[in-house]
Amino acid sequence: MLAKFVSGLIVGFARFITAVRGNWEGIDPADEQRIYFANHASHGDFVLIWTVLPPRLRRRTRPVAGADYWRKGRLKRFIGQNVFNALLIERHREKRTEDPVALMTAALDEGASLIVFPEGTRNTGDTRLLPFKSGLYHLAMARSSVDLVPVWVENLNRVMPKGEIVPIPLICTVTFGAPLRVGEAEAKQDFIARAEAALLALSPKTTVL
Amino acid sequence: MSAPHPDLLTLLAGLAAVLVAASIIGYVLQWRLSPDGSNIVIENLNDRIRAWWVMVILMGLALIGGRMGVTLLFAFCSFAALREFVTLTNTRRADHWALAAAFFIVLPLQYYLIWIGWYGLYSIFIPVYAFLLMPIMAALRGDTDHYLVRIAEVQWALMICVFCASHVPALLSLDIPGYEGRNVLLIAFLVIVVQISDVLQYVWGKLLGRTKIAPKLSPSKTVEGFIGGALSATLIGAGLAWMTPFTPLQAGLLSFVIVLMGFFGGLVMSAIKRDRGVKDWGHMIAGHGGFIDRLDSVVFSAPIFFHLVRYWWSLT
Repeated sequence: MLAKFVSGLIVGFARFITAVRGNWEGIDPADEQRIYFANHASHGDFVLIWTVLPPRLRRRTRPVAGADYWRKGRLKRFIGQNVFNALLIERHREKRTEDPVALMTAALDEGASLIVFPEGTRNTGDTRLLPFKSGLYHLAMARSSVDLVPVWVENLNRVMPKGEIVPIPLICTVTFGAPLRVGEAEAKQDFIARAEAALLALSPKTTVL
Repeated sequence: MSAPHPDLLTLLAGLAAVLVAASIIGYVLQWRLSPDGSNIVIENLNDRIRAWWVMVILMGLALIGGRMGVTLLFAFCSFAALREFVTLTNTRRADHWALAAAFFIVLPLQYYLIWIGWYGLYSIFIPVYAFLLMPIMAALRGDTDHYLVRIAEVQWALMICVFCASHVPALLSLDIPGYEGRNVLLIAFLVIVVQISDVLQYVWGKLLGRTKIAPKLSPSKTVEGFIGGALSATLIGAGLAWMTPFTPLQAGLLSFVIVLMGFFGGLVMSAIKRDRGVKDWGHMIAGHGGFIDRLDSVVFSAPIFFHLVRYWWSLT
C-alpha cells in the first residue's frame, strides 16, 4: 500500500522533471519475459525505464542493483526492496556469498523480467559507454531462450550530474532496440562486442559545440 | 472567485461550436479518405483537432479560474517550455546552479510578481536581475569553456520561455476604465488571434501555397499562406472587438500586429530548431510537437500586445 503510493510518487516526479518518453524502436511493449540491458549514468536510470514500461510489465520487471548502495539506510532499503522489488547483488567479489548470475537466473525462473546495467557501475566520464562486464554473457548463456533488449537512457546524466542534489528539468528519452540472443557457438568477447554495439547504436548522435 | 463573465461563456460556447464542426469534418475526412489510418495529413489533422480540444478546455478552465488559474497555467507552460529549450542547449556541469536557479527561483518568482501585479519589478526582474546574477553563478564554478555561448543560451531560454510568456497573465493587471472584471477576455483575444492565424496560414498554405517564404527555415510556410492567414485572422480579430475594450478598427490593427509578431516568432523558433538539428521541440502534444512548437507565436506577440495596450488603454 505504502510502497504503491511511493512508487506513484517517484514515477510522477520522474515525469515532472524529465517528461520521459519511451521509444519502442526495435520491439513492442508486449508482456513477455525479457532481460533489458541499459546504459548506466545515474541512480535514476532504472526509475526512467520503469516509468515508461506499461504498468502490467512493470509489476514483473525487477531492476538488478548494487547491494552496497541499496542496503545502506532504511529509506534506500525500503525503496529498493519494497517499491522496486530490486534484485540486489554484491558487486565486490570478496564479499560475495552468492553468485550474481545464479541469483539472476533464479529470478528469471520465477518469471521475472530483469533490468541490468552491464557496465557494472555508473558512467560519469565523457565516453558514451563503458566496457561491459561479462555477467551479461553468462546470464544469456544460462537462459538462452530469453530475449535481451538493449535500452538507451538519454540525458539523465545531465539532469543530475554526480554529486549534485537538485535535478535540472530536461527531457529524457528511453529507447528500446531490437532484441538479441547469444549464438550457439558465439565466443564471449564476440557477444559482448555485439551487445555493446547494439546499445550504442541507440544513442542519438549528439551535436557537440 | 466571482462568476465568469457572460462574454467569456459566450466565447467558450463559440469555441466549442467551432471545435465540434472541426471534429465532424475530421471524422468525415477520415471515413472517406483514410479509413485505415494511412493518410498522414488526415491523421495529423485529427491529432491536432484532439489536441485543440484539450488546449481549449484547459484554457477555458484557466480563464474561468481567473487570475489564479491563468497564472498557474502559464507558469506551467513556461516550465515545460524551458525544459524543452534547455534540453537543446550545450549546458555543462558548471551551469548546474544557474539552471537550477532558472527553474526553481527565477520562474516561480517571475510568476509570483505577475500574480501580485508588481509591474515595476516583473518587467525588469529577468532582463536586469536574472541576467546579471546567473553569469555570476556560472562564473563562480570556474569553467570557462564556451562560457559566452552557454550564458547566452540560458538567458535566451529565460527570455523566451519565462519572461515573454509571462506577459500573457500580466494582461490581467492592466486597469482599463470601463473594462473592469473582463481582463481575462484580453488573454482570450490574444491567444485566439495568434492561434487562428497559425491555423489559417496552414489552411491557406495547403490550398494555395506555391511560393516558399523561408525554404531554409520552414518549408511549409508560403507567401500565399501567410497573406491569406494574416488577413483572415486580422478580420476575425476585428470581429472579436465585442469582447475587448477596442473599436473594431483598433482590434483589427492590434490583431495585425499580433499576427505579424506571431509569424516571425514561429520563424525565429524554427531557426533555432534548424540550428540544433531537430524537427520539433518536444513530444508533449500529439500532432503539434512540443510546448514551444505551440507557444512560439504567442510568446513573441504577448509582450508587444501587452505594452501597446498598457500604453494606450491602461491607467496603471
